[in-house]
Amino acid sequence: MGMRFKISRRQNPRRLHSGLVLLAAVGLSLVICALLLEQQGKPSLRGLMLLFQGAFGSGWALQDSLIKAVPIFLCSLGVAIAFRLQIWNIGAEGQYALGALGASWVALHFPDLPWFVLQPAMLVAATVCGGLWGLLPAVLKLRMRANEIIITLMLNYIAIFLLDYLVYGPWKDPSSFGFPMTRMFSQNAVVAKIGAGDLHWGILLCLVIGMLVWIFLGFTRLGYEIRACGENVQAARYARMPYAALVLLVMAASGALAGWAGFLEASASLNRLEPSIMAGYGYTAIVVAWLARLNPLFIGLAAFLLAGLRVGVEQLQLELQIPASFGQIMEGLILMTVLGGSFFVTYQIRLLKKE
Amino acid sequence: MDDLIFIVAITLKSSPAVLLASLGELISERGGILNLGVEGMMLVGALAGFVTARQSASLALGLCGAMAAAGLLALLHAFLCVHLRADQVISGLAVTILGTGLSSFLGRPFIGQTGLHFSSIGGTWIDGLPLIGPLLAQQNLFGLLCLAAVPALMYLLGRTWLGLYIRAAGQDPAAADAAGVPVAAIRYGCTLFGGCMAGLAGAYLSLAYTPGWKEGMTGGQGWIAIAMVIFATWHPLRALLGALLFGLLNALQFYFQATGIELIPAYILHMLPYLLTVGVLVLVTVLEKPVLGSVPGALGKPFSREE
Repeated sequence: MGMRFKISRRQNPRRLHSGLVLLAAVGLSLVICALLLEQQGKPSLRGLMLLFQGAFGSGWALQDSLIKAVPIFLCSLGVAIAFRLQIWNIGAEGQYALGALGASWVALHFPDLPWFVLQPAMLVAATVCGGLWGLLPAVLKLRMRANEIIITLMLNYIAIFLLDYLVYGPWKDPSSFGFPMTRMFSQNAVVAKIGAGDLHWGILLCLVIGMLVWIFLGFTRLGYEIRACGENVQAARYARMPYAALVLLVMAASGALAGWAGFLEASASLNRLEPSIMAGYGYTAIVVAWLARLNPLFIGLAAFLLAGLRVGVEQLQLELQIPASFGQIMEGLILMTVLGGSFFVTYQIRLLKKE
Repeated sequence: MDDLIFIVAITLKSSPAVLLASLGELISERGGILNLGVEGMMLVGALAGFVTARQSASLALGLCGAMAAAGLLALLHAFLCVHLRADQVISGLAVTILGTGLSSFLGRPFIGQTGLHFSSIGGTWIDGLPLIGPLLAQQNLFGLLCLAAVPALMYLLGRTWLGLYIRAAGQDPAAADAAGVPVAAIRYGCTLFGGCMAGLAGAYLSLAYTPGWKEGMTGGQGWIAIAMVIFATWHPLRALLGALLFGLLNALQFYFQATGIELIPAYILHMLPYLLTVGVLVLVTVLEKPVLGSVPGALGKPFSREE
């Protein structure tokens, strides 16, 4: 009965220790997922093996995972910039949709422009649309103190209805036999593939922008101010940091990056706009950003892993008839266990012996 | 006149889910725990309620099942937030992702199945009541009982020691702790209550409003409920107002569809509840300057004695 605990903050958290906690957390979620598969009468070990093979087991699988990682990476990078300032942008999904809309508008209206004009124009349109969709909640937060979590979420729903309206209505391809989709983009509007494989040049864009964001956040004055304001708004305001301007900046950047993801997905992956473009990348991006501790380099890795999870789950669907929502369960579990695990990284628990 | 009755009846019928969920969230937040998992808990509750009622042939057991399933998720959230001092925003999002995934994964065999449901109380002597008769006839017992939660929670928060404890735990946990309030237990209790209410809200959808299970059938009502708590400035009576406002928009949507009046294009109509929620959050600061004064002081902040 006389067991008592003392919980105190660790003085110097160690790398190895946090690595072990991370492993344990992911392991725990894998065990829970295996149990879930058993409960459904599916072979759990074979399931997890298939998942891994489907995601990373072959050249094709790796390539698929890499392609899917592109939109997740871009959305997540944006989300992370906002999270650094403790601005909870849950709206990557909507900003992504708006980016896709903007790019598609350009692609459908100016199909005959040469590619080196058309594609930059699409990128600009995606930047503007996504950025504005991100700026709106920032303005409402600053002027009206409206909670950005709720506003960005509501804007997600509104964006999806807007997209549906366009592809079911004015933008519908007359020769699509009633399917809700736009015309195919002209070849000039499609981001080209690298060599003979399926990888497109968007990957290069990701690498460049990832490096730029990494430098921006880590080595520039603005990046420092974003972090400082995020850690303590009062102190930062006292030091005359431009909090309001930073909020506008991070939300515009956040929205623009998600918009780029929408542009690449519409152009390179689907070659048109259709409702299936909304695959929940914007929500996965939040998981990725948090797992990567908002660090752009880790975001690349985490985006690749969670994209692999999605590709692997498709394999599970084919081989074992396991629904795609299994991947969502895994995402939720991993986020939850890692979140719980970070307690053991930050704090140490000592057992106090009773005298 | 008939049109008006139609609109009011549908308003009443489509608001209970948001009402229940926002009342639950209100108590949770009054205790200091922000719960962004409502949407996931509602989905899990909707599925569990439908399946339990179907298998046990009992609506009451269905409601219990919904509360139990969503309550379990709430306990998980409470454990992360209270004991593991996790970030409440991320934990809530994780709960929503997990709940959405679980409900869609486990609910697949039940899509399109029929089961028990609460039927409307019409077809009895109620129809004959003057004025309110035709209005009540379209309601069901579950939806009407939800209304009773409003005065009950007003009484609980305002007039009882438990209400005082809850408000203290959410306002200033350190002072409450010093005064002997079991802050951790109160916060667990409030979060659990919020989860059970979210479960009931989901069950209202799957057992009364649109009987049956459909993937993602909440359509963001959990998030709208969270917004309504802000609109309500943490008071149960105004949460009712918010829920009715949501119901009214739904009713107008039905009305325009039923009468074929194309005043507003259908897609804009679908957007209205979400636009309204944005509007409501903006409005609340315009109308009421000191709104921040009514935010529970320690909302979203973990509490521990050592720090």
